[in-house]
Amino acid sequence: MNAAYLYSLIAVVVLGLISYAGVAVLGLEGFFGIFIPYLALIVFVVGFANRIIEWGKTPVPFRIPTTSGQQKSLPWIRQNRLDSPYSKAEVIGRMALEILLFRSLFKNSRVGIADAGGYQKVYYKWVIWLWLFALLFHYAFLVTVVRHLRFFAEPTPFFVEMLAMVDGIMQVGAPGVYLSGVVLLAMAALLLIRRIVLPKVKYISQAADYFPLLLIIGIAVTGIFMRHISKVDTAAVKELTIGLATFQPSIPDGGLSALFYVHLFFVSVLLAYIPFSKLMHMGGVFMSPTRNLPNNSRAVRHENPWNYPVKTHTYEEYEDDFRDKMKEAGIPVEKE
Amino acid sequence: MVDTPKPEELLQNIDHTPPKEPWEDAAPDLSPGNFCYPTKKKNLEYLGMPTTTTDEWSPADEEWPIPDNWQQIIHEGFKDLLDKYRSLRIFMDTCVRCGACSDKCHFFIGTGDPKNMPVLRAELLRSVYRNDFTRAGQLLGNIAGARPLTKQVLKEWFTYFYQCTECRRCSVYCPYGIDTAEVTMMARELLSLLGLNINWILEPAANCFRTGNHLGIQPHAFKEMIEFFCDDIEEITGKKIEPTFNRKGAEILFITPSGDAFADPGTYAMMGYIMLFEHIGLDYTLSTYASEGGNFGLFTSSEMMKRLNAKMYAEARRLGVKWILGGECGHMWRVIHQYMDTMNGPADFGEVPVSPITGTRFENAASNRMVHITEFTADLIRNNKLKLDPSRNDIYKVTYHDSCNPARAMGLFDEPRYVLNAVCNEFYEMPESTIREQTFCCGSGSGLNTEEIMELRLRGGLPRANAVRYVHEKFGVNMLSCVCAIDRAALPPLMEYWVPDVDVCGVHELVGNALVMDGEIERTTNLRFEPLTDETEVEADV
Repeated sequence: MNAAYLYSLIAVVVLGLISYAGVAVLGLEGFFGIFIPYLALIVFVVGFANRIIEWGKTPVPFRIPTTSGQQKSLPWIRQNRLDSPYSKAEVIGRMALEILLFRSLFKNSRVGIADAGGYQKVYYKWVIWLWLFALLFHYAFLVTVVRHLRFFAEPTPFFVEMLAMVDGIMQVGAPGVYLSGVVLLAMAALLLIRRIVLPKVKYISQAADYFPLLLIIGIAVTGIFMRHISKVDTAAVKELTIGLATFQPSIPDGGLSALFYVHLFFVSVLLAYIPFSKLMHMGGVFMSPTRNLPNNSRAVRHENPWNYPVKTHTYEEYEDDFRDKMKEAGIPVEKE
Repeated sequence: MVDTPKPEELLQNIDHTPPKEPWEDAAPDLSPGNFCYPTKKKNLEYLGMPTTTTDEWSPADEEWPIPDNWQQIIHEGFKDLLDKYRSLRIFMDTCVRCGACSDKCHFFIGTGDPKNMPVLRAELLRSVYRNDFTRAGQLLGNIAGARPLTKQVLKEWFTYFYQCTECRRCSVYCPYGIDTAEVTMMARELLSLLGLNINWILEPAANCFRTGNHLGIQPHAFKEMIEFFCDDIEEITGKKIEPTFNRKGAEILFITPSGDAFADPGTYAMMGYIMLFEHIGLDYTLSTYASEGGNFGLFTSSEMMKRLNAKMYAEARRLGVKWILGGECGHMWRVIHQYMDTMNGPADFGEVPVSPITGTRFENAASNRMVHITEFTADLIRNNKLKLDPSRNDIYKVTYHDSCNPARAMGLFDEPRYVLNAVCNEFYEMPESTIREQTFCCGSGSGLNTEEIMELRLRGGLPRANAVRYVHEKFGVNMLSCVCAIDRAALPPLMEYWVPDVDVCGVHELVGNALVMDGEIERTTNLRFEPLTDETEVEADV
């Protein structure tokens, strides 16, 4: 649907307005600061676990890895251990590169047709943009999430401190700009623009593709705004979040701006949205049978739990059909 | 037949820009030339599969002969598949529509039809999945990408799931490994529940069930065909060969696609196998009962695949062989490598395959007991067991087409290349993005090798043909070798259309040409009865 991003944009704006008005006009700090985050967390945990269990208990009847490299066969033929893994360790290697470095996406190319002197040539160009945007986006997101752990643990764990230090290495402005926040916003914006500008990607995009991107942009924008422009009272934030983390929730006395609650509401919506959406790819990527199985099905038998007997055409039936012709042709038969 | 445009015309009219109309609403084009003929009821009845209500219909008809409760049948079938296949669940749930796959499909490249983008092909099924099985889809409808299963959607399924060759190229690029072949297999299973299958798949499947092979060749005729090749071999080499059939006590059972016994150029590959086995003194037999390597059940349903495949182990057990050697075939090897042992195993005959000539143990086939002919031959060559004269293939400049299934469902890349480099002097690779795991389908795999969709097949084969054209222009390549019987049937018309000066052969045809057999006469022709040297060149020398 070409107007799909409008639905999503409207949805995100409405969500923002609801939370802003809810706090600024109706004074529902407790609802947006305590009830919603807990509800979102429960929906996320239960929903995510349910989905993983649902996947997990569905059988994998066949071992169907997509082989992207030389199989292990004769000892003198060099096996491609990562693209055609044979052992568990090799599968782990393939999965690690897939999950940590998005290796398949790295292979992306673009097709075109051009004149090659006398005939039209189909050509393939290696393109890394999608890989680059996606990788930076995911790592910036990860760093941002880890960085936020300082709001949920007292004292702040050392690795969070260290990460925040590295993340703020640019030392621009006061408080310093976190690279991860900027990169997250920029990459989310690029991924969104890509969806709107590239004709093929636009054609396949649905509301469910724009919505999470816009929501994440909303989260990043409100976060950056609070840190650098409205200068949110981080001590008050921490009071609220530590309260949530220790199950002794309370709304801080001094009060937090409505913008903070918008930020928190966006995060809550995103969390609750994950189990019901394509964002489940974060779990799915670990469980895809074309990637997480070894290419050794001729050496080690794979069991299908629902394998059942089928009707076949037996040799006896076959011979009954053709016995005379077989005998005449001198083909040995069981029954003369 | 609809008129096919000229190659250059066709190429210039390919537009990869998507249309204005959203894909969800666009009706499939079911004009003649865009669909495969549906199967005759007799094939379905013979195999005990659900049938359409009448035989007299065409997909172009407004109304299709399906039962009134067809939506319920599909819904229940879909649920059943979701409970049986984790792959299906993951592939339905995790796609983020990043678009990496969008231009990886040969049918998309050749037609520009957006529903040939793998992502949209899967969305055809996924939209119905969301509508029927997810809360978001039930609550939000089309905003959540859900579509109810209407007759138009069913027609779309029939059109586009028989416009996918299950080649798995897109799954190489997918960050989650989503495999459109798997999606297509599921969709075809669902269509089969209504009897909506195509004749070019079901007729071979029915034949195979009864006679043991797709072409319906009966035992005596099968034997005659092979003996006919032996006459040719005798004429060319002076060697009289008498292969055995259904012989108990043979060490090895050899199974190859029946296409190799039936049509050029597969027949030359068959001659190559027979000559090789004779030369090394292999104790093997052919079977008329298991006379088919291919398995059109793979293109129908997992049950049909299992039913047809069962003959291989049954025959190996009956004949008491130690192991099975498999000929050059594409999807046959997907079934053997990824399904056979699971479906019809564990193998209750024989032992771990060992080459009787070199003593090599094929540990990679320890459980399922079946070895690929290029694994076997590469091992022979490596161990210096063959005397080869590659100059007998000097009239050919050879390239190699990685067949989809041995490539992406097995990882067979270097074995055939090792053999080719030993049996011919001039071998050239096609561009990197079109070979090995990135190889392009012939455009006719998975049962689509049928005349009525010739233009679609030529379009689907464009990326492959275009890469051949590249090495043809650059190096003068004139022979496209492959290890797949469907390729050997589909590539010749493809080459004739796009690159007319290039011929097609099996790898073992070139082996047969180069093989210096003990006691053979001096050869003057190759297996095609062509002179061993280019006559025009010889004349020029004089």
